[in-house]
Amino acid sequence: METGTKTTETTAKAKSEKIIALAGNPNSGKTSIFNDLTGSHQQVGNWPGVTVEKKEGKLTYQGEFLKVVDLPGTYSLGGYTEDELIARNFILFDQPSVIINVVDSANLERNLYLTVQLLEMGANIVVALNMVDEAKAQKIEINKSRLTELLGVPVVPTVATRNEGVKELVAATVSRAKELPPKPLVVNYGQEIEEELLKLEELIKLNPNLNANYSSRWLAVKLLEGDERLRDEMQKCQADRVLVQTGKSIHHLINILGEELEAIIAERRYGFISGLLKEVVSRRSTLEERLTVSDKIDQVVTNRFLGLPLFLLAMWAVFQFTFKLGDPLIGWVEAVFEGLGGLVTGWLGVLGASEMLVSFVVDGIIGGVGSVLVFIPPIFLLFLALSFLEDSGYMARAAYIMDRFMHFLGLHGKSFLPLLIGFGCNVPAIMATRTLESRQDRLVTILINPLMSCAARLPVYVLFAGAFFTANQGWVIFSLYLLGIVLAIMIGKLFKTFIFKGGISTFVMELPPYRLPTLKSIFIHMWQRGSSFIRKAGTIILGVVVLVWLFSNLPPGVEYASQESIIGKIGSVLAPLFTPAGFGNWEAAAALIFGILAKEVVVGTLGVLYGMDEAGLSQAIAQHWTPLSAYAFMVMTLIYIPCVAAIGAIRRETNSWGWTVFAIAYSLVLGWVMAVLVFQGGRLLGLG
Amino acid sequence: MEAVNTRALSELPPGAKGKVVRITNTEGVRRRLLDMGVVSGAEVVVEGMAPLGDPMEIKVKGYRLSLRKNEAASIYVSLEE
Repeated sequence: METGTKTTETTAKAKSEKIIALAGNPNSGKTSIFNDLTGSHQQVGNWPGVTVEKKEGKLTYQGEFLKVVDLPGTYSLGGYTEDELIARNFILFDQPSVIINVVDSANLERNLYLTVQLLEMGANIVVALNMVDEAKAQKIEINKSRLTELLGVPVVPTVATRNEGVKELVAATVSRAKELPPKPLVVNYGQEIEEELLKLEELIKLNPNLNANYSSRWLAVKLLEGDERLRDEMQKCQADRVLVQTGKSIHHLINILGEELEAIIAERRYGFISGLLKEVVSRRSTLEERLTVSDKIDQVVTNRFLGLPLFLLAMWAVFQFTFKLGDPLIGWVEAVFEGLGGLVTGWLGVLGASEMLVSFVVDGIIGGVGSVLVFIPPIFLLFLALSFLEDSGYMARAAYIMDRFMHFLGLHGKSFLPLLIGFGCNVPAIMATRTLESRQDRLVTILINPLMSCAARLPVYVLFAGAFFTANQGWVIFSLYLLGIVLAIMIGKLFKTFIFKGGISTFVMELPPYRLPTLKSIFIHMWQRGSSFIRKAGTIILGVVVLVWLFSNLPPGVEYASQESIIGKIGSVLAPLFTPAGFGNWEAAAALIFGILAKEVVVGTLGVLYGMDEAGLSQAIAQHWTPLSAYAFMVMTLIYIPCVAAIGAIRRETNSWGWTVFAIAYSLVLGWVMAVLVFQGGRLLGLG
Repeated sequence: MEAVNTRALSELPPGAKGKVVRITNTEGVRRRLLDMGVVSGAEVVVEGMAPLGDPMEIKVKGYRLSLRKNEAASIYVSLEE
């Protein structure tokens, strides 16, 4: 396994630098603790080979540097989801000095389920009893010293959003790092199971490979739970006797207990927690008193009649906030770069630079950087809004409200928002798929997102529909949006059936209490998204812009993007391919290549190629095209290849060139097929 | 134990209370439910349905959990009178 080969390397590093890992349930305030610990010294990337986000940071304490790694938020440490596996493997193989386990004090019972598992593994943990203020407000009293005693590890109360208790947490963590991990916690699983555990443990202890990496009891419990990942590991470690005994024990136990073992083990673990809580927690409130503000908000927000209208209102607000506020800002960015281009042209002219060099610097490089930065306003604004929805707890409700409809389409409730945002711009929309937990759901939502007709495609529709369908312009444009939606649904179903078959998508989801988000966490989140887009997607965008510039200006001496330039030649070569779709001319092919830069560039390119300004362009097109070929071309523009910024976002979010190439390839083929179908079908109906 | 008052969670109306008896059905979903505290003996209360009728919302272990009705159909609950 990948983790195995890396172990030696990372343990060597661990000696020079102590690693602190953060583990905890989603919604436990783990991110806030991470922000408190690391401040602005954060790095966001991906865990190797997966789409799960990895956050790292640095913490200095009394002259000592500590590396802080934020593990994915999980409810458990079974190997069933990508998140759980990452967290578990990190704890097992990267051996952090201390794990800070963040728990939600107002929701202790379920949060301790992860704590118990960490203790069973024998991990060296410090418990951050977070959101003690909320517990207090609900009159839940937690006996901290008793909890420390029973768990056998330090417990520090915190309110991460107000930075309370964080100093104490760091102190406890650093002093813990100097101590040996506690003995693995023993939960009593009942006599029958304990007998089998003992047998398994003995065999595990005999195998030196296993003994080095795992707590024998934890491994035995996991094997009885039916953990497939660990079973595979056993095979690799040639622990045949352990495997045989596992099979025997499971068979025996199911016979006498008459139920699946994983259910019994989970039940006993929760039983252990109930026992513990009886000694630690006292509630002084009646059930009615515990009807919190959050419950009251929920009665309105997920109300049968008000739920949907409120949801639509929220979505409308996000969309307006992102694009209505973002568009003028985009205009400013464009204006700045245009101005900069003008200035540089002037300077280079004075210096006597050749026209070619000026064009390279101004159109290629400055233009390229500009085309990355125009995405900054919508991305920052969208993630400002999304962080607010996420941190406040509304996002989970939005998914809850929309899930029935989205599930009918084969998707998840959380897919709705990214698809909606796609109508504005696919780039932030693809980035917004991060909220989806299941890898399959997320990939499908990313792959079909470019079919949501973004705002950049509208100028193309307006040009062609204006030239040919003056009377029905609105309907023609609407039909394209509709076509995109219908195709997205069909393609989504197709991918779900054939590519992601067998993957389980569940909607078992916590509806966290409503909380007032802090400005700090919202801004950190927004900054991380925006800056990671510039770094990761930016290079791809810039690269393609420069490449297209070169193709338009080479071989030397050709007129910009003329038929003699490389791009013109490529256009001429490709043109026959588009003859069945009705637009087999080199201008159309070249315009489509330029359209990869940004879909609206198609319009500008046609203008250059036909040598027309915007008013004349409409007439020029009316001469060269027919209504049917124009419609086929609009269909092609809608579907073929996501723009380069979207490609960059897909690469960044899927963390895979394979999926990126797939997204390009399927959309290109689909676009061509649809354009041909439209043109040929139209001709058969006598429309051509 | 499986008397008349044992019903699938998906069939219960808002406000109904009961104790989980067992979870049948698919591995992945069951695993997740167990991890989130829907274990035998756990008390559950049906809080309501989404505006479109599905998924449903329950309270378990002191917090709110949503799940689709076809997932809730595999959870059997003995009703409290």
